[in-house]
Amino acid sequence: MSNRPIKVLLGKPGLDGHDQGAKVVARAMMDAGFEVIYTGLRQTPEQIARIALEEDVDVISLSSMAGSHIPFCRKLKPLLEEAGLTDKLWVIGGNLPAQDHDALRELGFKGIFPSGSKLDAITDYIRSEVK
Amino acid sequence: MNAPQKPELKKVINESGIEVKPLYTSADVEASGGMAMVGEPGAYPFTRGIHREMYRKQPWTMRQYAGFGNPADTNQRFKYLIANGQTGLNVAFDLPTQIGLDSDDPLAEGEIGRVGMSIDTLRDFEIAFDGIDLKKITVSLTINGAAAILIAMYLAMAEKRGYDIKELRGTAQNDILKEFIGRGTWIFPVEPSIRLVGDTIEYCAKEAPKYTPVSVCGYHIRESGATPAQEMAYAFCIAKAYADDAIKRGLPVDEFAGRLSYNFNIFGNIFEQVCKFRAGRSLWAKIMKEQYGAEKPGSMWLRMIAAGGGGGLTFEQPEVNIVRGAYYALISALSGTQTMALCSYDEAYTIPTEYSARLSLRTMQLLIAEMGLTETVDPLAGSFYVETMTNEMRAKMEEIMAEVDAQGGIVKMVAEGTIQAKVSAQAYGMQRKIDSGEFPKVGVNCYKNEQEEDHPVEFHPYNEDDARVQIESLTRIRAERDNTAVDAALARLRADAAAGTNVMPALMAAVKAYASVGEMTKELVSVFGRYQEPIKF
Repeated sequence: MSNRPIKVLLGKPGLDGHDQGAKVVARAMMDAGFEVIYTGLRQTPEQIARIALEEDVDVISLSSMAGSHIPFCRKLKPLLEEAGLTDKLWVIGGNLPAQDHDALRELGFKGIFPSGSKLDAITDYIRSEVK
Repeated sequence: MNAPQKPELKKVINESGIEVKPLYTSADVEASGGMAMVGEPGAYPFTRGIHREMYRKQPWTMRQYAGFGNPADTNQRFKYLIANGQTGLNVAFDLPTQIGLDSDDPLAEGEIGRVGMSIDTLRDFEIAFDGIDLKKITVSLTINGAAAILIAMYLAMAEKRGYDIKELRGTAQNDILKEFIGRGTWIFPVEPSIRLVGDTIEYCAKEAPKYTPVSVCGYHIRESGATPAQEMAYAFCIAKAYADDAIKRGLPVDEFAGRLSYNFNIFGNIFEQVCKFRAGRSLWAKIMKEQYGAEKPGSMWLRMIAAGGGGGLTFEQPEVNIVRGAYYALISALSGTQTMALCSYDEAYTIPTEYSARLSLRTMQLLIAEMGLTETVDPLAGSFYVETMTNEMRAKMEEIMAEVDAQGGIVKMVAEGTIQAKVSAQAYGMQRKIDSGEFPKVGVNCYKNEQEEDHPVEFHPYNEDDARVQIESLTRIRAERDNTAVDAALARLRADAAAGTNVMPALMAAVKAYASVGEMTKELVSVFGRYQEPIKF
């Protein structure tokens, strides 16, 4: 393992404007010693994949609150695969109903943190998964 | 023998940063400024309410936030709510509509009709409000970035149905400055966004004087991490920015101030919230009278919707949100609000089902029918605690407003992202307190269900087919309308936007020609550009 801090892309996918949670998680990640690239609102799948590749991140994380997580991740998955980012950790948080979790896992999102997750649970998970 | 040691009482500081004592007496009221700002309901400074008889004469308007799918789906939900005793409508738009995208825009894919109804052209508004008497039921449009367009569409729809827009009542949220702080449905940069709000205020003051073109929202700033005192103070700073723009245009204050309204949040400590509203009412009256020279009482009124409470609801043990909602409704009733709406218990998960929306409506109706909340105006007045806290909350709000002024004003702070960074840092601090248990939340960090799973929530279904139907409808309208007239209207819109002329007349002409939300937005973007979000931590 290199000595550089864990580098995380935290993206706000789609048109959803609820960024309170994303910004709170970004701060928790910074306090955990991670380097965080927060994208701001309204990112397309193409933008997320491009930033993840260019910034050479260890973790690709999304915060989704307005219900369009499945259609978005369906578009994002092939782009991340094309960019050769399948060895990175994909994490998603936000308003994610339990019945969607299996579908998200199938789309490559290994870490799923629905509303109500503790901040330390998110950062501990990332630290344990990124080697 | 020694007297037993008294246990030390833990110090209590409310969210706004004011210490709460275990006992209040008349001496506390005096020390905080006395009863000078209390007055009578219906009279300056309106601490006790903007009307003398308040709910005795007319209970609050009940206006649940509703809308999903196609305009036809939403029309049915509207009629369902009205049939169940709702007295106003509060329209939810989907995200593409809110940020000025047509349904067939590639960026709209997957988002059409999901969190609100999808609107492309005037035809959609005709369907959405079909069979609803716009004189009996007032309509509030929760629209911000694309507000000027949707206000024009609403006025044009009403006109087409034969209503005189000089007499038409209704509200648009149209508070763009708070969208930059929280909620995020901005389109244009800060300065032209404020200009568009000014265009709507100016146009309505002249052409639709009973219409409320702006509802300034502390609500979403609070949801983003502001304290109750900041919520109200920042909202006043924002309202002043709009008022200043209107005055720069030469509008006399008494010609527009009476049509400004407010939207505030109701979750948290009951007394802190109620005192926030009482304090805010008198502070706004004082600002309008002393700083703006308003003379009409209506210009000094803090007319509001005290509503929602979403930030207090929890994902855990969702049915407990029904009880939280009842207390939030009580806060709203005690606040002296004009309008009430409640987040439904399932809203931490999904947009409300018919069942949960009706439950929220019943919660508010219960206060009117059974609990005596409409019988006497401002029933908490005169309490040593409430009057002291009202004075202290007012002083706190004035202090926060002075800090904003000292930092160059709200517009500058929003444009630079400093206010966003401040409330977001507070949201982080609060989340840490919830995670650690320092700030108690039932079901989250105390009284958790250890033995059983949480009661499942029924999901409002998302109909994937709605998008196809909406896009087909838009395609048909584009083929059937007079496209020469549309092009001319859009050209005029672009020219007026560039010339600094009020764009509302051009928008009225464009919506009547069935130009789409996306087409009109594109013209405005070509002149104004797009907002670039400052990312600051």
